[in-house]
Amino acid sequence: MLSAILIILAAIFYTGIINRTKSIASGRKGPGLFQHLADAIRLFRKGAVYSNTTSFVFQIAPTIYFSTVVIAMLLVPFGDSKGLFSFQGDFILFAYILALGKFFSIIAALDTGSSFEGMGASREALFSLFAEPAFFILMGSLALLTGYTSFHEIFAALHLGSYTTYAVAVLGAFVLVMISMIENSRMPIDDPKTHLELTMIHEVMILDNSGFDLGLILSAGYLKFAIYATLVFNLFVGTIHYEYSIPLFFLTQFILAVFMGLVESFMARFRMSHNPQFIVVLTSVTLLIFFGVLLLIGKFI
Amino acid sequence: MEALRLFLTIPLIAFLAMPFLSIKWRGIVAYLAVILNAILSSYIAINVLGGENYQFIFSGNTVTGEIPVRIDALSAWFILIINFTILTGGLYGIYYMREYLTMRNSITLHVTAFILLHTALLSLCGLQNSIVFLLTWEIMALSAFMLVIFEHNKVSTIKAGVNFLIQSHVSIIFLLFGFVWVAAKTGSYDFLAISQFTHEYGNSVSLVLFIFLFIGFAIKAGFVPFHTWLPYAHPAAPAHISGIMSGVLIKIGIYGILRIILLQNSNLEVIGYIIITFSAISGIYGVMLAILQHNLKRLLAYHSIENIGIIGLGIGIGCVGLGTQNSVVASLGFAGALLHTLNHSLFKSQLFFTAGIVYQATHTVQIEKLGGLIKKMPQTAFLFLIAALAISGLPPFNGFISEFLIYSGLYNWLPNAASGILITVIFSILALVLIGGLALLCFTKAFGVVFLGNPRYHFKHQITEAPFGQILPLYFITALIVSIGLFPNAFLSVVSKPLNLFIALNQNYTSTNIGDNSEILRMISVSFASLFAFSALVFGIRRMVQHQQVISADETWGCGYTGETTKMQYTANSFARSYSKLFRFILLIFKKEKAVENVFPSHAEFESNPYDKVERVLIDKPIQSIRFFMSKFAFLQNGRLQYYIIYGVTFILAIIAIPLIFEKLLQLIEILKHL
Repeated sequence: MLSAILIILAAIFYTGIINRTKSIASGRKGPGLFQHLADAIRLFRKGAVYSNTTSFVFQIAPTIYFSTVVIAMLLVPFGDSKGLFSFQGDFILFAYILALGKFFSIIAALDTGSSFEGMGASREALFSLFAEPAFFILMGSLALLTGYTSFHEIFAALHLGSYTTYAVAVLGAFVLVMISMIENSRMPIDDPKTHLELTMIHEVMILDNSGFDLGLILSAGYLKFAIYATLVFNLFVGTIHYEYSIPLFFLTQFILAVFMGLVESFMARFRMSHNPQFIVVLTSVTLLIFFGVLLLIGKFI
Repeated sequence: MEALRLFLTIPLIAFLAMPFLSIKWRGIVAYLAVILNAILSSYIAINVLGGENYQFIFSGNTVTGEIPVRIDALSAWFILIINFTILTGGLYGIYYMREYLTMRNSITLHVTAFILLHTALLSLCGLQNSIVFLLTWEIMALSAFMLVIFEHNKVSTIKAGVNFLIQSHVSIIFLLFGFVWVAAKTGSYDFLAISQFTHEYGNSVSLVLFIFLFIGFAIKAGFVPFHTWLPYAHPAAPAHISGIMSGVLIKIGIYGILRIILLQNSNLEVIGYIIITFSAISGIYGVMLAILQHNLKRLLAYHSIENIGIIGLGIGIGCVGLGTQNSVVASLGFAGALLHTLNHSLFKSQLFFTAGIVYQATHTVQIEKLGGLIKKMPQTAFLFLIAALAISGLPPFNGFISEFLIYSGLYNWLPNAASGILITVIFSILALVLIGGLALLCFTKAFGVVFLGNPRYHFKHQITEAPFGQILPLYFITALIVSIGLFPNAFLSVVSKPLNLFIALNQNYTSTNIGDNSEILRMISVSFASLFAFSALVFGIRRMVQHQQVISADETWGCGYTGETTKMQYTANSFARSYSKLFRFILLIFKKEKAVENVFPSHAEFESNPYDKVERVLIDKPIQSIRFFMSKFAFLQNGRLQYYIIYGVTFILAIIAIPLIFEKLLQLIEILKHL
């Protein structure tokens, strides 16, 4: 339960820090640290416009999308304290429950009958399809390394390992950060600030959402950032005492947010046709991790 | 005994009554017969699951020998699955067939074949005499053929039916070979002789036997590369038959494989790897081709191949678990496979039934012509959506539970696997993840294009929702889909009965490790419940908040373009395009294109047709070369009756003469030897 509270706290800052980093890097004054929250709150208060083409799918999709992210959040542990739902194989549910949200956001986009949103939906479905193997192989490697199959046990055991496990953890962190960029539709896969619908992925899918629904979608995005950053944090900090681990947690969140902000400031978005290659490279990196783990436990042929 | 007599008498009475009934009543009486038989067999099956195995031995005749009917928990599990799908399919079918009541003869044939199929499928689960089993297998194949070719005035239907018939018989040849081999060596047609055979002739010989039987059953189950009949037969059949074929007919192949594993109980590890290899390929290949399909029912047919792959993965993992003395992996693998067999029969039949409703409303299953149906048929759309979520393995539905069990099996296997084997495990995980992701792509496409957005084609007739009676059975299926998702433990405790049969194969274990899993599954159902509750809460808040706000309706945002957008909508083809471009090297897509030319463009068109590469290599190419070879003898087929009579006479003479000549030759050799 502790993890959920911390994730929510982190989510309040995370996106703000990214935006702040971006504005500082580009020499702008930029929005305040809590501007994104103000945006979301404004949206929650606003009325909405619904397309005539849409059906009940469009009405329920943002709700379900938000709920899936929240339930996924409850699965994530924090150091020694388990997530609210913790069991063997919980990371499978984690990935699949996020996929449920994705399914709904895709069909909601198709529900509008807009060609732009269809395009975004098609891309989202394809890219998330490629990102998923990386996550599962990463977790598989960690399960192999530690001999456990739940988030909490894996992370706890990982920390107790030798220094070499930290090497694996660094690679794992890289993969998780990349997955988080894909999942949250950030650079270099997708550019949230682009103004051309043809080059959007996630933004174009939610073109027709407004008011409360858009607020839900944005909040879910903020949460997702913090969830993945927490996973990265868990890779390194196993079972340290809370007085150290909680500050460390916020430090990790801060570093990752700054890192993402810098990436977005100094990198251009990939060409759309290069995205699959990039994501497949990610899977190859996880395979590398897998073989690294094999070496570590002395099972390499 | 009495029960079996009754079981055979009920269909017989229904057949005899058929000519005296009016056309409308024939379907209903047939359905009643099916209900009676279903109740009877389910009663036996439930008793068996309760703990007492059912056994009866018919005396048989001199050819067959004794005909044992043995119903154990595995048979019982499949009997229950078959009954549920047939019952829902039958009820749906009664409504579906209303439109065809004018085709009197076809209807009669159809309903009789329906009873036959049901009886044959149930009998196959119990019969344990290989000759009778094969005869019943043939009855099943023929009755399914009759059901498929209901619309036999269409050329494509007949072609699909004949394709199915031929491949069914290829399957029978493999089975026949396996069974006859066993009978020749042991002198008994009883299935128990297979165990005896394995016992006597050692592992390597029985592995060959397994491969023969596996191929026979795999053709029926639709493993790649034995799947090519499936994408033709399923779309050609009426919707309730497609649902039943996909839901239970192909599962009989799975039953056969499981039965052989139980009987042979040797080489389990090797068998496991063989099955895993076939399954991973089937799973990925099935869904990869499914994405490309433009025909809704064909798309679903390819998904059956994918799901057979998932079931196979479970079986394979289970076998390896047994072979490597790992009871956790074994129980997770088999439990996943058995549960997914049920799950697939539920959501796949539901998908086919809804596809049938779409077909009856619009008269087409070409998804590029559909769109926006959710407004005209909200119930159908909702039911399709539930099944689509379930088949993609998404929580909180049943597909997730069985896939979760299989995943758990793989992840539990991981720390215990030997070094070389780890590659197999990680690639199985990779396969399962890819299958899941591709299924998501495929079903967002199918649901989105068929039901959402604007209509892509203007139909001249009204499109209306199906009558409630037709939709009612689908709600039963949905109820089961949702309850397996929410209360997996209740269903897993039923699965544990057939599961124990497999676990018992290894003498070291006596019970399954379901205990640990039930705790995990309880957590999963709690999280599902909280997902429902939380969604409801958020939705409630949203309703409340929006109640005070200004909610208006307008056109879809067209980025400044205000004209008609129906034709600009994303099509199924364009939705799948970035995918198909990426996987070009595996797929086979024929394109026909006429580009836009000149300043004032005239007619332009684009057409793409996906084709099955495996079919091309394994079916089309050999047939081509056989045709080429046979064409050399075309002169024999000259169309003159006299010649044909001569051929016949020559053949008969040859049949009689060859043994005689052979005998004379032997005598001659004897004489020569004496000299």
